[in-house]
Amino acid sequence: MKSKAASAPYLVWMVLFIVVPVLLVAYFAFTDSSGAFTLENIARVGQYSNVFLRSIWLGALSTVICLVLGYPVAYLISKSSLKRQSVLLMLIMLPMWMNFLLRTYAWMTLLEDSGLINSFLSLLGLPPFHMINTQGAVVLGMVYDYIPFMVLPLYTVLSKIDRAVVEAAQDLGANGRRVFLRVTFPLSMPGMISGVTMVFVPSVSTFIISKMLGGGANLMIGDLIEMQFLGSAYNPNLGSAISLVLMVLILICMGIMNEFDSGENEGGGMMI
Amino acid sequence: MPAVSGRRLEGERDVEGNPVIELKHISVAFDGEPILQDLNLSIRDGEFVTLLGPSGCGKTTTLRIIGGFVNPDAGDILFNGKRINDLPPYKRGVNTIFQKYALFPHLNVFENVAFGMRVQKKSEKEIRKTVKEMLEMVSLSGYERRSVHRLSGGQQQRVAIARALANNPKVLLLDEPLGALDLKLRKDMQVELKRIQQATGITFVFVTHDQEEALSMSDTVVVMDKGVIQQIGSPQDIYNEPRNAFVADFIGESNILDGIMVDDFLCEFAGRRFRCVDQGFAPRESVDVVIRPEDIDVVSAAEDCLTGVVTQVTFKGVHYEIIVDVNGFKWMIQSTDCQRVGDTIGLRIQPDEIHIMKKSSYSGLFGDYSSFSDEMDEEPSAPEEAEEA
Repeated sequence: MKSKAASAPYLVWMVLFIVVPVLLVAYFAFTDSSGAFTLENIARVGQYSNVFLRSIWLGALSTVICLVLGYPVAYLISKSSLKRQSVLLMLIMLPMWMNFLLRTYAWMTLLEDSGLINSFLSLLGLPPFHMINTQGAVVLGMVYDYIPFMVLPLYTVLSKIDRAVVEAAQDLGANGRRVFLRVTFPLSMPGMISGVTMVFVPSVSTFIISKMLGGGANLMIGDLIEMQFLGSAYNPNLGSAISLVLMVLILICMGIMNEFDSGENEGGGMMI
Repeated sequence: MPAVSGRRLEGERDVEGNPVIELKHISVAFDGEPILQDLNLSIRDGEFVTLLGPSGCGKTTTLRIIGGFVNPDAGDILFNGKRINDLPPYKRGVNTIFQKYALFPHLNVFENVAFGMRVQKKSEKEIRKTVKEMLEMVSLSGYERRSVHRLSGGQQQRVAIARALANNPKVLLLDEPLGALDLKLRKDMQVELKRIQQATGITFVFVTHDQEEALSMSDTVVVMDKGVIQQIGSPQDIYNEPRNAFVADFIGESNILDGIMVDDFLCEFAGRRFRCVDQGFAPRESVDVVIRPEDIDVVSAAEDCLTGVVTQVTFKGVHYEIIVDVNGFKWMIQSTDCQRVGDTIGLRIQPDEIHIMKKSSYSGLFGDYSSFSDEMDEEPSAPEEAEEA
């Protein structure tokens, strides 16, 4: 009974700021501007399928890059001495202390056609390199902004792996590579799952990064939704419908991932 | 009273096998603190050797040196006569059973046992056959698909044994493998391990702080303290002929008194002269005299024997533990007859129950039961944690 009472404030918070808004989004998605029930908004979402595909593609690409870059970093941090670990973790977190917008602006000035990087290239006598307003710039921005969310859960899981289990693998004849492939990597799966979730979800629904680094040409779902609420195309009902579809898509992605995770634990089989 | 197994005759340990593992002049220090000092140990093929000592005595470190997880600062490790100092753990012909089993949590029982063979790329057919055999040996047939989380402590232990033996090691290292089990299960596993050792003929190097476990399972006991081997011998040797006050105190209960060897076969302690069976000491050499509590006969007080006042009596099941004050020195006696606190009784000791030891740095530290209480007598039951940094 006591623990239930302690969770009451959060329950109230959750109902007010999570459950009610979600219900509101659903309500708006299924009504028109006069408040009558309609499926038209949901049907109209279909015409933006290219935006959805682009968002999922760029989000997935950023997530994979974050995983490939973040895993070795997390692994090395977990292997270093305790004192060093806290310094390295601090360095990973440091950019997050700066305002998100400011960080993205910084990339704009770096990537612009007359920006810092191109000025430097021309100093070296090299031709300018067009970077801003490309999908590459959007992915770069997302990787830069979200990689700490990949490194931190991976580091947590990797540093918690029992040293005795690694020693047992060595003892049974596994060299460094085999210990990693057969023990460390499978045991870090939960960290990968949460890292991928924490990078993929905000990447898919981002709007500032794509707007600032991608220009108008690389519209993402987040931008589309923003336009319906704050922009020229004002249509909160359509915006809600897009949000709802995005939510369902993300839920499906997460469901598939969790299935994969639990399958890994139950079967006990080797992924590699 | 520790149960000394009567299965093995004295001296039997010397007959069989060539040395399979030799440690020569091994020294290790962690952060400048010496853990092992000039340790020499030879382990014969097929032997059941126990490293016995209190927490922090260096026994686990010794095991980890053999396993390849700790590199000694000085000294050589030989395996079948070949130096293996620089061989990483995965290339050594030894396998370890870890203190907390260290099973692979992401693999089921079958895959845990198969791990070593998978790494060595054995054929699927051979793997199946060996895993089946191993699980039969540890009575876990039918548990192949079970997740290791859903096993009890004793079952996890058996999986760990099967996993190590599946690699067909020359030597099996066991690091306090029974420490986490309850008393009943521990007794069963002691018998089980001994049976497996005899059935497979594999050399076992067993680490424990439990003297009873050491005495009842081993061919050879190595008693360690402060990184130094105090005594190596058969369980009978260790119990009956402890080399110094530390060994006498650590293995079972002992009354240890200051004494003087007056002459061959004649010693003096507690203000009296006693005939004994020891000889070869310098005239009037100071010695430590050990008398086991179960070796003292209680008689009615008389002129010609030690007399003292009973100060405490504790019922222990098989016997009573009686503390007797003899001129200020408190003796422990184990006797099946009860005595009344406050009574004056006589103590009689046969010559062959008196054991004489040379003086050592441990003299005077142990063997007086003045501050004896049941709480202090408790075995240290917590597994060693401090030993490994």
